[in-house]
Amino acid sequence: MNWIEILRSGISTGTVLLIAAIGEILTERSGIQNLGVEGMMLVGAMAGFRVAFTTGNVWMGLLAAVAAGGLLSLAHAVVTIHFQADQTVSGLSLTFLGTGLALVLGEGFTGHTAPVIPRASIPLLSQIPYLGQILFTDHNLLVYFGYILVPLVAYYINKTRPGLHLRAVGENPAAADTLGVNIYRTRYIYTFIGGCFAGLAGAAISVAIAPGWYSNLTVSGQGWIAVALVIFAHWNPWRAALGGYLFGILRRFTLDLQGPRVLFGLANPFFFNTNLVFFLQMTPYVLTIIALIWGSSAARKKRIGAPAALGTPYQRGERGL
Amino acid sequence: MTFPEEKSTVPTVEMRDIVLRFPGVLANDHVNFTLYPGEIHALLGENGAGKSTLMNALMGLYRPESGEIRIHGERVSFNSPKDAIAAGIGMVHQHFMLVENQTVTENILIGLDTPHFALDLKKFDHEISDLAEQFGIHIDPTAKIWQLSVGEQQRVEILKILYRGADILIMDEPTAVLAPQEADELIATLKGMAAQGKSIAFISHKLNEVKQVADKLTVLRRGRVTAERVELHDFTRESLASLMVGREVIFNLHKCEQTPGPEVLRLENVSALNNKNLPALRNVNLSLHEGEILGIAGVAGNGQSELVEVITGLRPCSGQIWLGGKDIANKPPAFSIQQGLAHIPEDRIGVGTAPNLSITSNIIMKRYDQEPVSQKWQLDYVAADDVASGLKTEYDIQAPNVHTQARKLSGGNLQKLILARELSSLPHLIVAMQPTRGLDVGAIEGVQQLLLNQRSQGCAILLVSEDLDELLSLSDRIAVMYEGEVAGVICSEDFDITQIGLMMTGTTSQDLQTQKEKPSASNFDKVLKNLHQAEEPAQAGTTATPELPFESKTQADELPQEGLTSPHDDSYQHLTEKERVLRKVLGDKYKQGDTE
Repeated sequence: MNWIEILRSGISTGTVLLIAAIGEILTERSGIQNLGVEGMMLVGAMAGFRVAFTTGNVWMGLLAAVAAGGLLSLAHAVVTIHFQADQTVSGLSLTFLGTGLALVLGEGFTGHTAPVIPRASIPLLSQIPYLGQILFTDHNLLVYFGYILVPLVAYYINKTRPGLHLRAVGENPAAADTLGVNIYRTRYIYTFIGGCFAGLAGAAISVAIAPGWYSNLTVSGQGWIAVALVIFAHWNPWRAALGGYLFGILRRFTLDLQGPRVLFGLANPFFFNTNLVFFLQMTPYVLTIIALIWGSSAARKKRIGAPAALGTPYQRGERGL
Repeated sequence: MTFPEEKSTVPTVEMRDIVLRFPGVLANDHVNFTLYPGEIHALLGENGAGKSTLMNALMGLYRPESGEIRIHGERVSFNSPKDAIAAGIGMVHQHFMLVENQTVTENILIGLDTPHFALDLKKFDHEISDLAEQFGIHIDPTAKIWQLSVGEQQRVEILKILYRGADILIMDEPTAVLAPQEADELIATLKGMAAQGKSIAFISHKLNEVKQVADKLTVLRRGRVTAERVELHDFTRESLASLMVGREVIFNLHKCEQTPGPEVLRLENVSALNNKNLPALRNVNLSLHEGEILGIAGVAGNGQSELVEVITGLRPCSGQIWLGGKDIANKPPAFSIQQGLAHIPEDRIGVGTAPNLSITSNIIMKRYDQEPVSQKWQLDYVAADDVASGLKTEYDIQAPNVHTQARKLSGGNLQKLILARELSSLPHLIVAMQPTRGLDVGAIEGVQQLLLNQRSQGCAILLVSEDLDELLSLSDRIAVMYEGEVAGVICSEDFDITQIGLMMTGTTSQDLQTQKEKPSASNFDKVLKNLHQAEEPAQAGTTATPELPFESKTQADELPQEGLTSPHDDSYQHLTEKERVLRKVLGDKYKQGDTE
């Protein structure tokens, strides 16, 4: 097995999860939970591929994906912020809506090839032994975008005024309201931004990492993994990056395990017994569950966790008289 | 009403004919409110009288239907709190508006416009320390809110307002959540700020506190002003109370003489641990008879809540608790309820009710398995509603209907709901913890009357309260708790507030008997002196205070901690700490005695 190649393509796969999770972190930090990530990613993947295919310009495709994801998330925003409906129900319906839309609008595009995001190596950095080969060699540009995104979002959330307001709205909207922060506007904005990132993540699959449109197999549940990743990451972009890349590497690793006839000098059981492969495919998810359990007990001690107002609609004067 | 000396200055706040309506309620009915620079103006009224609503209207959280608001003489119309803040108004809400996992500085900076993007928190930490110092407030700007005590959190709220350069402060029942010494500090801070020219509106329903802090007074009742800008010294406690409630309030309820019947409850050598696994109850022995009220006195945190929890089956313990001939120690609460136990818990929302459920559901919580509500394996909700409506009328619970969620009830009505559920089960024993805390005078009178009625019907009542006046007027006997032990039990004919106060601070009844000269309540210094002398030989860190004052925290950290005791070896600290406890215990009596 080529370890460098597993790690390198794992980083690339993880970028999809990373982008989607960062978007969901921003949304959830404002107190809105959007379980429709899977649907928004599918719509983004479809829009990205279709527009790239018809216009012949991959950047137009990315733009379309971002817009499509954002627009779809606005449906969730209107339902949960304006009409104060249940966020879980609305998020789940958004997944169905997004999946349906993507399948209908993507009909007939399977099997075509569209332009893809260009690849590049970073001069100098790619010369670093091992690390350079894994992180900075022959990646599509979205991977590098991911590298920049994480510190930027972490800085934005923790060290800027809009970030402060974002956290305040998600933790204690009543407090933010009394200080003149517009709760509804803030929540609309970050729900929209979360949708944009989900759309981009979808396009990152269809026009960069695994180019092509294969109906709902394109995203194949990665939207749900991104939602779980947010919890694993304790709503922290750095941990989301760690989790995203780790998960990407695991996915890639389990794929590679099935290939060779001989593994570590022994006959590869996964090559000869295909039923065992199902267990292999489970491992990333099992590890996710373990990480969640372990992570949440550590979080409780340090008082980090879900934004306190996550999932609760805000209405002024709830307590009334 | 206007006063001649005020004609020269322009009022900072002038609210005229404010009308505010909520669905089904006229919250403010042509209310006037005026506030001048440098004054503390109390806004007094029962819960739900419209005090907070009026101030929320001033803050721009609600928009009045009609009426006008003038700030510094200029007419304003606020669309959001942001406008009010810009006009120099700040409000400390009753429920603190703080983000728990952000620092003090971050909380203060929320909602401001500058700096626009990047936040250099270190720079602002310094700015906020400086500001705090200027007003004599001690706070660590880098601390997270959840690490702070309630009193400190309130200081953050005040700083939030001061940092915005506000000259009008609205304090919504600020002392409701504070320990007595914290309340004293707050009042001193407020007086200091008023002296620096700030105008302060002080919402309260506590008569004594209003008399202590305010210059002027406006009273609201059911959305209407019953006294506008009056001087406080023109009023007695009784006359203020009747302005608030709209009728005579009886402060001293009539308690009929009756001989207690046979024993209902007996505790034998009961010990228990608290939530931190430290001993909270040590060999408690108590007995309680039919038609008797046993008061439990003590400074908060000396085992009272654990005592209530072991009796009601919510906390494991060692020893025996006999109720009606059966040992209920370590039995599930359902078992004790069958033996005729009723529980009026301290935490009305968390323990006493299910806040999101309807009045009906809350009422049937103890009788869902009895007819007529229970129909074999299903609930008859028509019957349940009937039961609930009956009790709603009987106990005068004010709510639109029995389907109203419990959390929408005011504090007094919520307590009535709990009392309705508990007392209608015809209990033999009522365990009531702080049944009147946070209620206004009218509701307090109602609750106390209900308890006395139960007593005359032969019910045994265990009443835990921090309000000594309440204990003295209701109890047949008072047991004083100190560090998890019963320091002594006193019968009503021997009630002596000073003696109880001393026992609450750790002096046992034996010690008191050996003391020749009995200290009198009217001579405060003497009490303290005696207390100090009596304590001196015993010494070595057996002080009664479960909480430390903030100033002594650093000092306390350096001293060794032993068991339950708080480390205060310094004799001056010791004295002031005692003084604080005694002031809490005797304060009202002492001051009242002075004025009458």
